[in-house]
Amino acid sequence: MNKKLLIAALALVAALIAPVYVYPVLLMTILCFAIFASSFNLLLGYAGLLSFGHAMFFGTSAYITGWLLKSSPISLELALLGGMLVSTVMAALVGLLAIRRAGIQFAMITLAFSQFVYFVLLQAHFTGGENGMQGIPRNALFGLIDVKDSFHFYYVVLGVSALALFLFYRIVNSPFGEILRAIKDKEPRVESLGMKPEQFKYLAFILSASLAGLAGALKATVFQFATLTDASWPISGEVILMTLLGGLGTLSGPMFGAAIVVILNDELAGLGEWALIAQGVILLVVIVFFRRGFVGEIAALMAKWKKPAAKSEVQATA
Amino acid sequence: MTVQLLAGQLLLGLINGSFYALLSMGLAIIFGLMNVVNFAHGAQYMIGAFTAWFLLTNFGVSYWAALVIAPLIVAAFAMILERLLLRPLANLDHLYGLLATYAIALIVEGLVRQRYGATGIPYESPIKGGVHLGFMFLPWYRLWVVVFSVATCLGTWFLIEKTRLGAYLRAANEMPSIVESFGINVPKMITLTYGFGAGLAALSGVLAAPIYQVSPSMGSNVMIVVFAIVVIGGMGSISGAIITGYLLGIVEGLTKIVYPEAANMVVFVFMAAALMWRPDGMMKSN
Repeated sequence: MNKKLLIAALALVAALIAPVYVYPVLLMTILCFAIFASSFNLLLGYAGLLSFGHAMFFGTSAYITGWLLKSSPISLELALLGGMLVSTVMAALVGLLAIRRAGIQFAMITLAFSQFVYFVLLQAHFTGGENGMQGIPRNALFGLIDVKDSFHFYYVVLGVSALALFLFYRIVNSPFGEILRAIKDKEPRVESLGMKPEQFKYLAFILSASLAGLAGALKATVFQFATLTDASWPISGEVILMTLLGGLGTLSGPMFGAAIVVILNDELAGLGEWALIAQGVILLVVIVFFRRGFVGEIAALMAKWKKPAAKSEVQATA
Repeated sequence: MTVQLLAGQLLLGLINGSFYALLSMGLAIIFGLMNVVNFAHGAQYMIGAFTAWFLLTNFGVSYWAALVIAPLIVAAFAMILERLLLRPLANLDHLYGLLATYAIALIVEGLVRQRYGATGIPYESPIKGGVHLGFMFLPWYRLWVVVFSVATCLGTWFLIEKTRLGAYLRAANEMPSIVESFGINVPKMITLTYGFGAGLAALSGVLAAPIYQVSPSMGSNVMIVVFAIVVIGGMGSISGAIITGYLLGIVEGLTKIVYPEAANMVVFVFMAAALMWRPDGMMKSN
């Protein structure tokens, strides 16, 4: 346990001094996608539901937050909450229909709904259509604290991300999280215990969507623009890649996955289609060879390492 | 509303519906036997169109020859893909099959776009001219697309629902071990089925080349609509996929007259309605 605390403390120190050395916007992008990937992980890694439409929550929330900030003097945190709220309500509606088909069809239905949302956003007037929404102001936090400077704003994003990830941690380690895992392993058994798996899945979908909404809302304030790309299916695919690459059903995996993919996209940004091709190749390699993902594989390696060590210890005492 | 406008949009809807029906039928066949949602279906459709264009511009191969050659090439690659990639994943959660084919689609579409750019390339129609029906002009090629797609759909439906071979396929889906005990090579059948489904997608691609422009994104655009259609028709139901494909193509065309802004959303609205009223699909399979 102390080891874990030490790692957490080291990570915190690293996160606090990082913007001195690294471009803050890149760090904030990683944090936004770490929240987004965790939200997806909550659904697939714990409840076993593959959503192929998470971009609809991310993108819509980005637009709503941007619109609130542009059209009113609302304080920053309320704008973020506004975006989250809209994506949560959207998930409550979509989930009602999507949950009706189990398994693989859930992926197809969520993908179709997100395409619907994409077309709505394309045609709605407030989004600016194909031009996107530019010049989103970073209003003062709580109406008091100025966060226009990216270096300062980084600490706000870090704080919100830490809060979101703590929330995620509490959800998956609660009795509710246990039931989700049980549903993923053996749904009929959960049902035979008198519980309604559908209700738990529905709630997980809504919780996941509001976290995805938070990620999108933050993204709009970090970049100060929102575009249709945020709500398009390649973003839904990207968050799948981040989660699988980092480690499905692990706490820190999606954060690593998000960091790797964001940095990769950043490095390959000038090389045309190669960023997308690289994503496809990485996803394929992960699916075929490393299904436990980065963090999962490392944990497995360490467990292997420990076992022979423990054995030799036993032999020595015997 | 004029007769010309109505007839024009109906024809356009029927053309779109022809492609929806062909593509969703291929998806339903693959899903029915393998339980894999073939996310690469759109990429296979796009490669079919590109192969036809490539053969024409580089080797002067005609449209009619490409209609046979392109599906065979795509089917061959698809069968290799099935053996090397999908079979090892077959015993895992089905979502890995979906994600693997998604990764393939990303790579294929990315490579084609990197090589040929994102803009559409025109492909000259092999049948020129048309007929004046009094209220509208009907190009022969469009008529050919509708007739050919209906014939292909009916032929495939007959093959799978009414012949001995189709019975083996359906039985292999239900009880592979029993079908194997009758001396039928089920893994080989799965490989051939995946090749057949991919070949159908490529055939649709060749058929589509003279109507829509040949472009890297032509597959992913239609793919999501086709997914919605398969959900409405009932997963794995071949007749459901065909009927829903044509119907929704026509509905889409009619929406363009009444409320053009909603034309590309109407399929998803129908999907939502279908999920509400018929949670198991319009034509429940088995």
